[in-house]
Amino acid sequence: MLLNQFLLLAAVLFCIGVYGVLVRRNGMLVLMSIEIILNAVNINLVAFGALTDNVGGEVFALFAIAVAAAEVGIGLAIVLLMYRNRRSIDLSEADLLKG
Amino acid sequence: MNFLLLAAENATQLPLAVSNGTNWFLEHAWIVPLLPAVSFVIILFFGKRMPRKGAEVGVAAVALAFVFAVLTGVAWINHRDNYTPPAASESALVIDGGEIAPDQVVPAAEEAPTKGEVVTEGGGEAEQPTVAIHKSTTWLRNGGVAFDAGILVDGLSVLMLFMVTLVSLLVHIYSTDYVAGDRRYTHFFAFLSLFTAAMLFFVLSDNILQMIVGWELVGVCSFVLIGHWWEEKANSDAAMKAFITNRVGDIGLLVGVIILFFTAGNGSFDILTINSNIVSGGVSHTALIVAAMSLTAAVMSKSGQFVLHTWLPDAMAGPTPVSALIHAATMVVAGIYMVARLYPVFFEGMQIGGSSINLLAVVGAVTLVLAGLVAFVQSDIKKVLAYSTISQLGYMVMALGVGAWTAAIFHLFTHAFFKACLFLGAGSTSHAVHSFDMKKDMGGLRRWMPHTYLTFVVASLALAGIFPLAGFWSKDEILSGTGGWGLFGGTGGNGAYTFMLAMGILGAALTGAYMTRVIYLTFHGEFRGHGTPHESGRLILVPLYVLAGFALLAGLINLPVGFITGNNSSWQERFGHYVQPVAGYFPDIAQATPSYSLAIVSSFVAFAGIGYAFWYYFVKLDRLARATGESLTELPDGLVANSAVARAGHTLLVQKYYLDHLYTDIIVGTTKGVIARAANWTNQNVIDGAVNLAGRWSVKVGRFTYDRIDQPLVDGLANATGRASNSLGDGFRVVQTGKVQQYAALLFAAAALLGGALVVVLSL
Repeated sequence: MLLNQFLLLAAVLFCIGVYGVLVRRNGMLVLMSIEIILNAVNINLVAFGALTDNVGGEVFALFAIAVAAAEVGIGLAIVLLMYRNRRSIDLSEADLLKG
Repeated sequence: MNFLLLAAENATQLPLAVSNGTNWFLEHAWIVPLLPAVSFVIILFFGKRMPRKGAEVGVAAVALAFVFAVLTGVAWINHRDNYTPPAASESALVIDGGEIAPDQVVPAAEEAPTKGEVVTEGGGEAEQPTVAIHKSTTWLRNGGVAFDAGILVDGLSVLMLFMVTLVSLLVHIYSTDYVAGDRRYTHFFAFLSLFTAAMLFFVLSDNILQMIVGWELVGVCSFVLIGHWWEEKANSDAAMKAFITNRVGDIGLLVGVIILFFTAGNGSFDILTINSNIVSGGVSHTALIVAAMSLTAAVMSKSGQFVLHTWLPDAMAGPTPVSALIHAATMVVAGIYMVARLYPVFFEGMQIGGSSINLLAVVGAVTLVLAGLVAFVQSDIKKVLAYSTISQLGYMVMALGVGAWTAAIFHLFTHAFFKACLFLGAGSTSHAVHSFDMKKDMGGLRRWMPHTYLTFVVASLALAGIFPLAGFWSKDEILSGTGGWGLFGGTGGNGAYTFMLAMGILGAALTGAYMTRVIYLTFHGEFRGHGTPHESGRLILVPLYVLAGFALLAGLINLPVGFITGNNSSWQERFGHYVQPVAGYFPDIAQATPSYSLAIVSSFVAFAGIGYAFWYYFVKLDRLARATGESLTELPDGLVANSAVARAGHTLLVQKYYLDHLYTDIIVGTTKGVIARAANWTNQNVIDGAVNLAGRWSVKVGRFTYDRIDQPLVDGLANATGRASNSLGDGFRVVQTGKVQQYAALLFAAAALLGGALVVVLSL
């Protein structure tokens, strides 16, 4: 099996996701980047599950997808509220937690 | 539910044995005190709204209690007669509720010391063990000590149940008329009920702690009832005096109980355990003598023995039914009962057997004569009776002191009836003349009050010990019990108590004489009061007749051995047979045999006392009164008028041996005056000085600590910590930008660093 390719793909996706999270100003895009990170992890899980012939990996990936769906729901709601309150979803403006 | 039933087959086993099949009334004797207790609560809360102001509840409850007591008595007689000692193999067992199989039974040898002497009785029938019924439940447990509450039913307690409920019932009935219209009528009946309940609770106690509770309850009721008319200062003073004097003796009771708990009881308050341990001989004699002497102090206060008796005559300030109930028939015999109940303590502690003098006997003998003498100079009819009560209690204490247990309890029994009758009779006369002063307001009452007169004379004769009334039998039994009578062969007994015998005979003469004086001053001669006296109502007369009937006949239940021969001889000594415990919780006392010569001598002496008083009052004084046409109360040219010595003696008696002066003036006065001032001075100058010095020094030390230690060191440290935290916070504040992405960047950077470090570490 070509585990390396899967891992490489996952690593690339992860990096893309991290990049998106760190540099994008748009809240929607940050959410999407988070989804990419999660899917990178899912690829890893499925790949290792297939390698070790253990169905646990796939099961775990399915759980991760379900949780990600729920999380996106909450994330979108936050973004929506943010837009309603500020007429903008620029994350650089959201710094109310400043100490 | 334990039934500890007692046997004394031999001393190698614990003398506690088992019997099954007891009577319902014996096992449920606690109902008897419960009834008046419930009545107390009902009267207290609802009495005023009832048609008869609560009196009906009190009478009904006590009547029911009396019925129960009678049934209990019948059950006990049955129980005592039918009891057969168990076979030797199972004679020393403790069974719980009669339901436990024999293999669960605790072996006797573990329960108590086994050495000791064989407890047997002289008579053939008496060797049968008396089966006391003991039922108890654990009230609370603390520090490994179980505080039990329970009942101990044997001949003595059954007798007391009968006597207390009977006298109480009659007093209740009498009171419905006597205190009718009183301002605190309901309150009076409530406390009459509580008093009855307390006394019944006391006599059923199965442990000494419970006895203290009953003892104190009785004392409180006495306090309340003596002070029933507290608006007059004399009455509330009398109540206070009764309470405080009793408190002096109560210290003795507490000390005695504590000693018994730790020595004889071995960590238990149980009366049966304490008594059997003492009887089987495992208890130090020194502890016992101290315990016995402490308990004697309690007896001296509660039962009005000499030196601590002064409260009892003053207690006559209470309503007359109270005097009859509390200060004649029941409460004051609590002390006697306590000695009888814990008799092994006294018997072994004071070594009553084989001796000729001991504290208890001396206290009793001295009391009976000195109180009898004071009775001669009292002009208040109730005070004469009060001193007579003290004197008769002296007889009982003396009888217990010389080992004549049955005689003492028998005298307690007969005395309750005739003394209650006398007190109620006195109340009846005062109902007619509204005074208790024989010299000022009475005289010649027999013309108006024939029923009161008749019952009073019968009770007086019984008190004086005239054959064949109740007092004769009991007094004579006490006298022969002293064992001091050597004429025509000894009488047996536990020792040669000759001094006590002499005092007892002297007391018989005094009793006859002062009662003759009372009868003359009250019922004979001319009326000295105001208005026209009248006979009392039926509610007062019926109790008088009932009590007089008992005074007449009660003596016949304990005819001495040998008095009746032939088929009826089973009638003799019935009282002793049923009442005296013969089992292992009772000491091995010797029974005195009756002596005809002693009976004749004591009767002769009593007649001599009556005869002299009769000659003085009925013959000489009466003749002089007729001659002068006045109503006299004493001869103008008698002994007191002529002899200086007699006058001094008279003054001594009138002043009641100056004991009240000793207590109020010398002891209380000194305490209030000199000692209190000295204590105050010490307090102000010595104790306060020390306290002030300590205070000033404390202030100085405190100031130094504050200035030199607290402010610079402790506070400085605390402030420095605060400042350090503050500046650290300011430093870190910069990092908190509030920008999520910056946080995320830091997070990922840190993760990358850690991941790198992990790779480096793993590859090493």
